[in-house]
Amino acid sequence: MAGASAFHLGGDHAHRFESRAATRETPLVKWLILGLSLTFFVIFLLMPLIAVFVEAFRKGWETYITALVEPDALSAIRLTLLAAVISVPLNLVFGVCAAWAIAKFEFRGKQFLITLIDLPFSVSPVIAGLVFVLLFGAQGWFGSWLSDKDIRIIFAVPGIVLATVFVTFPFIARELIPLMQAQGREEEEAAVVLGARGLQTFWYVTLPNIKWGLMYGVILCNARAMGEFGAVSVVSGHIRGQTNTLPLHVEILYNEYQFAAAFAAASVLAVLALVTLVIKTWVENRAAQSHKDANRDDAS
Amino acid sequence: MKLSLIHRSLLALALGAGLIGSTHAQTTLLNVSYDPTRELYHEYNAEFARYWKEKTGEDLTVRQSHGGSGKQARSVIDGLEGDVVTLALAYDIDAIAEKAGKLPADWQKRLPHNSAPYTSTIVFLVRKGNPKNIRDWEDLVKPGVEVITPNPKTSGGARWNYLAAWGYALKKSGGSEETARSYVTELLKHVPVLDPAARGATNSFVQRGLGDVLLAWENEAFLSVNELGPDKFEIVVPSVSILAEPPVAVVDAVTNKRGTGKTAQAYLEYLYSPVGQKLAAKHYYRPRKPELADPTHVARFPKVNFITIEDLGGWQAAQKKHFADGGVFDQIYAR
Repeated sequence: MAGASAFHLGGDHAHRFESRAATRETPLVKWLILGLSLTFFVIFLLMPLIAVFVEAFRKGWETYITALVEPDALSAIRLTLLAAVISVPLNLVFGVCAAWAIAKFEFRGKQFLITLIDLPFSVSPVIAGLVFVLLFGAQGWFGSWLSDKDIRIIFAVPGIVLATVFVTFPFIARELIPLMQAQGREEEEAAVVLGARGLQTFWYVTLPNIKWGLMYGVILCNARAMGEFGAVSVVSGHIRGQTNTLPLHVEILYNEYQFAAAFAAASVLAVLALVTLVIKTWVENRAAQSHKDANRDDAS
Repeated sequence: MKLSLIHRSLLALALGAGLIGSTHAQTTLLNVSYDPTRELYHEYNAEFARYWKEKTGEDLTVRQSHGGSGKQARSVIDGLEGDVVTLALAYDIDAIAEKAGKLPADWQKRLPHNSAPYTSTIVFLVRKGNPKNIRDWEDLVKPGVEVITPNPKTSGGARWNYLAAWGYALKKSGGSEETARSYVTELLKHVPVLDPAARGATNSFVQRGLGDVLLAWENEAFLSVNELGPDKFEIVVPSVSILAEPPVAVVDAVTNKRGTGKTAQAYLEYLYSPVGQKLAAKHYYRPRKPELADPTHVARFPKVNFITIEDLGGWQAAQKKHFADGGVFDQIYAR
């Protein structure tokens, strides 16, 4: 949760330290640190990633493609995307509202609200899933009412979406709160003084200010939504072709000794993660760029 | 440009909802089963759908859900709408009848052979060449032997494992409640990790190389040997084991609501037909009517001296005594 303000740290500072003898580290220390982090990177990040793709293609292209176009796999991919497509916009709206409320208004219980937003980070995903079973399960609080109305939540798509929304709740809000707090409310006040209406102020003043932080939050939120396993596993019921998400599908295939297929499905998740990473890097660059531009405008 | 983000997400939302909606076109059954039956029902479902189509002209899709038997029963109690349950042991279906009233308490009398169309037993899976020379239950508690078995709290297979061990110690000459208890206590000390379900335990042993011997369903042991190479593992049949009866039942509350009663009933009855019995034997379950199955498949099953769950007082009594909270398992495993 570095926050958008961390974007423009980086290149400039490192260069300043390096160029001065007083702050320069000895080469030994420099290479030791560099070597250590690279070793860690290779062992813990790069090797597993390569392993996923090697295993996925072990039995050739054909097996790989067959594993992905199989109906259960397609339905798992569809469900994963659906869960992300519903939960990300919901959390987008919620995140902006919460960040707005916390950054721009003073009210009682503000600290409490911030703590509540963090709850999904501190609660184990399994517990999160069980909470929904206790609420909406047949023996749960609303169980008999839901079953009278023939509404299914747990062991159906709504449960999976609910669980996903819960675990991805804080990502966007946490990203925006420090950003909006740092920006204060002067620009909005100026807009209002100049005669802008509420929504106009939001579209033309607030949104441009927070858009990169917002994008960053959306990306993190999306990555987690597609990758969530624990909470979704509890509420899924594991019905193939119906309530299996991609991460759950990977587990099933692995347990069925279909290793190539399991890693093929895993590679889809890995590719989604890599795409996310590329977009994230691009967003960060753009954010740094726009920050520099803004500084230059201020200076002139 | 700023509005378009919201427009685009709404569009995607509608699209996603459409995709999901389109999957509900035909009759479906949901079979909530335990872990090792995946391959059996995968094939059986296709066979039954073909038979049903011929007989009634109805298109049928049977969906599967698998997990530890106890956990699956819990999910049905919590509202997972399985039209039929095909679990590892009778007690788990009793629990559905008892805690949620979704089927009558005498469900086990509704189909032949205690509602178990196939049986299995518990055997030992050891590494090729049997390096620790494990021949019988006594060898499991030798120093330095590590035993892999899942957690009896969540796994049906593990409860059969546990009761087979208990039964062995109880029935051998000079055996009593005390010797059974001390034998199982000793056995559990040789278990490094309790996986939640049978397939997970098999993976621990087979994939991760943990332990010297896996207490496994016979069908699961056969599958491991055949899927992962006869050059890696072999099966050891102990002097005594337990006759495991994995029962099947229609969940009335669900089928009444969904109007699938007839189909569900036929689905289970067909398990007793030549086709069902053949498939069971093919997937290493012992068919109830071996004369209907392929003789080469039947010949694969070694002769085993069985004790039955009735010898141990039946499932209700065994569950209460051993696996309920504070029961014998809790007492001896905590130590």
